[in-house]
Amino acid sequence: MIELEDVSHSYGGAELLSGISLRLQPGSFHFLTGPSGAGKTTLLKLCYAELRPTRGRVRLFGAELGGMDRDAVARTRRRIGVVHQDCQFLDHLPLTDNVSLPLLAAGRDMAAAAANLRELLAWVGLQAHTDALPPQLSGGERQRAALARALIMDPDVILADEPTGNVDWEMSLRILQLLVELNRMGKAILVATHDLNLIRAAKAQLSARVLRIKGRQVQLAGADL
Amino acid sequence: MRRLPDLAAALAGDARADRVVPPSGFTAHLTQFTAAAMAFLAVFALALSLAAGRLADHWDEAMARTATVRLSAPEGQMAAQTEAVLEVLRTTPGIASARTIPDEEQRALLAPWFGPDLPVDTLPLPRLIEITETAAGMDADALRFRLAGEAPGAVLDDHTRWRRPLIEAAGRLRLLGWLSIGLIGAAMAAMIALSAHAALAANARVIEVLRLVGARDAFIARAFVRRFTRRALEGAAAGTALGMLALALLPRADAAAGVLAGLGFRGADWLVPLLLPPIAAAVALVATRVTAMRVLKGIT
Ligand SMILES: Nc1ncnc2c1ncn2[C@@H]1O[C@H](COP(=O)(O)OP(=O)(O)O)[C@@H](O)[C@H]1O
Ligand SMILES: [Mg+2]
Repeated sequence: MIELEDVSHSYGGAELLSGISLRLQPGSFHFLTGPSGAGKTTLLKLCYAELRPTRGRVRLFGAELGGMDRDAVARTRRRIGVVHQDCQFLDHLPLTDNVSLPLLAAGRDMAAAAANLRELLAWVGLQAHTDALPPQLSGGERQRAALARALIMDPDVILADEPTGNVDWEMSLRILQLLVELNRMGKAILVATHDLNLIRAAKAQLSARVLRIKGRQVQLAGADL
Repeated sequence: MRRLPDLAAALAGDARADRVVPPSGFTAHLTQFTAAAMAFLAVFALALSLAAGRLADHWDEAMARTATVRLSAPEGQMAAQTEAVLEVLRTTPGIASARTIPDEEQRALLAPWFGPDLPVDTLPLPRLIEITETAAGMDADALRFRLAGEAPGAVLDDHTRWRRPLIEAAGRLRLLGWLSIGLIGAAMAAMIALSAHAALAANARVIEVLRLVGARDAFIARAFVRRFTRRALEGAAAGTALGMLALALLPRADAAAGVLAGLGFRGADWLVPLLLPPIAAAVALVATRVTAMRVLKGIT
């Protein structure tokens, strides 16, 4: 679904990532780890075309990113659910509107999706907060809201950037539980995190591959975790 | 024409899609005010253009195809020379009819200038002969040449000499009026583009989020286009209404006042300024869309 082939990226200076090849298969579960500043967020951005690689090729659902115009990129993003590191909400809109924003942007029938939206908010445990503005939510609530928004278009791939970044351990486990359930439903998942305990907790439930960014490269981490 | 459905869609709007961009507070009123002021000015420029056009047509009609022969001759020769002039006119191609203006009529013409008590019959007044030309018109120089031979006291005054500059001035005035309307429209487009640019910059974060959730540029642009189109329409409607009201309340100066008397709308002319609000809305739509699409290209 998402393929990176010999991809390098630099923000203008030295290369932050170089010669990375990566393939996300349907139903797979990957962790992406590495110290802060290693380039986890950057790699994720390459996967949903917020960044274009300075070298190498990115293929999304079989289409070359190089050959996509802005509208094609927009349509492709609707098929990838992204939980951004900083959530990226519209602070002036209540939670329901934020979660259903991808539907609105894609021109979907909002009335038809209403039941689905309610169900999704109940699943992430936010049914009591539908009218709250994003700044009024706690860190854990925001992360779950971001996950709900990532799922509203029913994507086959979910990319989550530090989804347990600002939450306590209990909430981290709860969010992990949601991701594990999604994977069991057949969705491909890539989670960037520097929390090794989270990875260990996940490995107890499913077989996840752990990728580590080290020295500008992505390596498959062994069973040493 | 292609823009018409867009304009309708822009005005109908979609409350949900509109709300993705936060409300902008007082700057909204600046756009409305600008559109109102521009429409107000455009109403006057339009009135000027239409009045100048009317004036030019009026002069053209009233004075086209007529000319006057003025005949001065000693008392004894007047009748003979009048007859000679009429004969020349009868045999000149391009003249439909010629008529000697009777004394009473001439007196009536002069009365405003000299007063009713003037004993016109005792003055050595020239005789006036009014000519109506055919559609093809006459050759004034050839006629002048013939008159000089047959009736030395006759002078041809074919009106075009002083009519032409008047009609030219009126035409120029009309052109200036339309030019002003064009400039007003361009200035409004520029101001709306500037405010749209500012609004896009102020909402850079919002636009980024919309792009991240898969919104196409057209969707984002529409949210701004709708907003500015509606503001321009509201402002221009108010400005147009005020401008038309001001013209309707203009004190009626009578015909003697010339151009001033004609300033304003007559009959069906009153429908023309009603086009200003939709035109302002269309200008706003295009200006905002072009600005938005251009700005959006710079965001991933
Ligand atoms: N837009 C940007 N411009 C320049 N440098 C950037 C930009 N975004 C990130 N960086 C730099 O790239 C490095 C990797 O960032 P990031 O991918 O966010 O790492 P991580 O998510 O692993 O913490 C950091 O040193 C960061 O400062
Ligand atoms: Mg990061």
